[in-house]
Amino acid sequence: MSTLNPAADAGTRAPGRRWTPERREALFGFFFISPWIIGFLVFTLGPMITSLVFGFYRTDLLQIWEVVGFKWFRAVFTDVLVRKAMFNTAYYAFIMVPLSTTLALLIAVLLNQNIKGQSFWRTVYYLPSVVAGAAVAILFKWLYQPDIGLLNSILNPILFRLSNFLSLETPLVAPRWVFSQEWAMPSVIIMALWGAGGAMLIFLAGLRGIPTALYEAAKIDGAGPVRQFFSITIPLLTPTILFNVVLNIIASWQVFTQVLIMTQGGPNNATLTMVLHLYNTGFSQFRFGYASAQAWALFLAILVFVLFAIRTSSSWVQYER
Amino acid sequence: MAENTATITESVSLPLQRQRHYNVGVILWRVLLYVVVLWGAVIFAIPFYWMIRTAVMPPYQVNLFPPEWIPDSINFVNFRAPFVGPFPFARWFGNSAIVSVLSSAGVVLSASFVGFGFARLRFPFRNLLFIVVLSTMMLPEHIKLIPTYLLFVKLGWINTVLPLIVPNWFAPPFHVFLMRQFFMTIPQEMDDAAKIDGCGWLGIYGRIHIPLSLPVMGVSAIYQFTFTWNDFLHPLVYLQQVDKYTVALGLRLFEGFMRSNIQDMMASALIAVMPTIIIFFIAQRYFIQGIVMTGVKG
Repeated sequence: MSTLNPAADAGTRAPGRRWTPERREALFGFFFISPWIIGFLVFTLGPMITSLVFGFYRTDLLQIWEVVGFKWFRAVFTDVLVRKAMFNTAYYAFIMVPLSTTLALLIAVLLNQNIKGQSFWRTVYYLPSVVAGAAVAILFKWLYQPDIGLLNSILNPILFRLSNFLSLETPLVAPRWVFSQEWAMPSVIIMALWGAGGAMLIFLAGLRGIPTALYEAAKIDGAGPVRQFFSITIPLLTPTILFNVVLNIIASWQVFTQVLIMTQGGPNNATLTMVLHLYNTGFSQFRFGYASAQAWALFLAILVFVLFAIRTSSSWVQYER
Repeated sequence: MAENTATITESVSLPLQRQRHYNVGVILWRVLLYVVVLWGAVIFAIPFYWMIRTAVMPPYQVNLFPPEWIPDSINFVNFRAPFVGPFPFARWFGNSAIVSVLSSAGVVLSASFVGFGFARLRFPFRNLLFIVVLSTMMLPEHIKLIPTYLLFVKLGWINTVLPLIVPNWFAPPFHVFLMRQFFMTIPQEMDDAAKIDGCGWLGIYGRIHIPLSLPVMGVSAIYQFTFTWNDFLHPLVYLQQVDKYTVALGLRLFEGFMRSNIQDMMASALIAVMPTIIIFFIAQRYFIQGIVMTGVKG
């Protein structure tokens, strides 16, 4: 906040005519960014600090305001449900980030191969990420329906024939997807992979930025397509990869809407994620203090992984130009 | 865009023609490429197809097992279901439209204003403040949720559209970044010329930068529209009365209600996602340009 003082100084100390062009410009500068400054203080910095403070209270935000010290912050580490939620969220993120980044990169590279009708294919792959949200979760819930859903009505006959072919004693059966403890989280992940188009579009933009001269030079030097891919495409795309990985880490650790609609955290808390759990703790049980402490724990976890990605990036991201 | 693809095909097709007698490996690779891309596209399109086929299917056919891929006849009777049920679906749709349009407008106006400040004016701590903008871009939403909720409770804004709109009028960082990156590409000479002609900062912003940045404003608006339309967490927290719901939130109520009528459910979901799809198709060109433009060059 002290950063704002120079603006105030410039305003009060220099009345009327004595404004130098520099001062005028600085004043206008702060005038132009003032909406952001207000928004930052009121809707970002203020709430962040306040939620840290709330973490030290037992509160329903109405009558109860009782200081409890570090109780909630300690509870975050010992509460079985929070640990479960942390684990589930980490499970989701650690599978989702590499898988969706790889998938998006793969599609982008394929579509970048001077393919006919590129913009058509691009639209087909991108469209699912435009409609992300409640409608998609409801759709997938139905596709995953174990008995009459589309997915199993395709899978089960195939598995049945396969079992016959291998003459297995107990025939293979398709998983019960969101109704099964083991498969519920993979189901959520598969649905999320359907939205890989967003990252794909960013990769396509990155691929377009690679100068074609490099490929021509490589061709003259006798490098085949595979060599070109690993020696030109991937290294020059590493900044884009980092960008997508960071975005993906942040989004994955906050997975919420899909699990709320598809499983409500079940079965048996197999898909209880951190944001869902802190939402329940706050807005269903009215334990807003504990929820705030959980929010901070999750925030720190995200921060650690994002910083880790950025820190280690210097060893694998190639910046040219 | 059209120009881009033209130049790309030219530059690649030239060497192809020069070496007509291509080997079998290359042809095989091309065939494989198309097969993979096609199959991937089919898999990506199936959920959509399934939603549409169910929405237009006559009710008797929906529950057949094994499921049938092609509807016997296309009928639109299912699309009436959300409007005649006990829930104010049209109202939700209107709420979503109001919230999404006003959020987009706020984002475009405020972020371009702030973006101009960061791109064009020199003032103390500018770089430091811009780093703050960039880092808040990565800030997860949930950390602000509870205090912001309390703030809106105190303001008496619960069950109104205001909590979903007002924060977007204070320059969300992602859009500031987008605008600033765009303004940086406008030549400084244009500002200087305008200054000599007696234009102030507001004039430079209003007469040069706004007209030149309409495409990026479009990108920003579409992003925000889609995001707000699909948003679930914030409406869930701020809207508790059923008639104040947005479509995304309301769909969830349908779920319990229409359990046995999956064709009604899918018709409702299809209507709910239509606006984002339509807007995407209308503005596709700008949208993809915008993503290319923001560069992500690290």
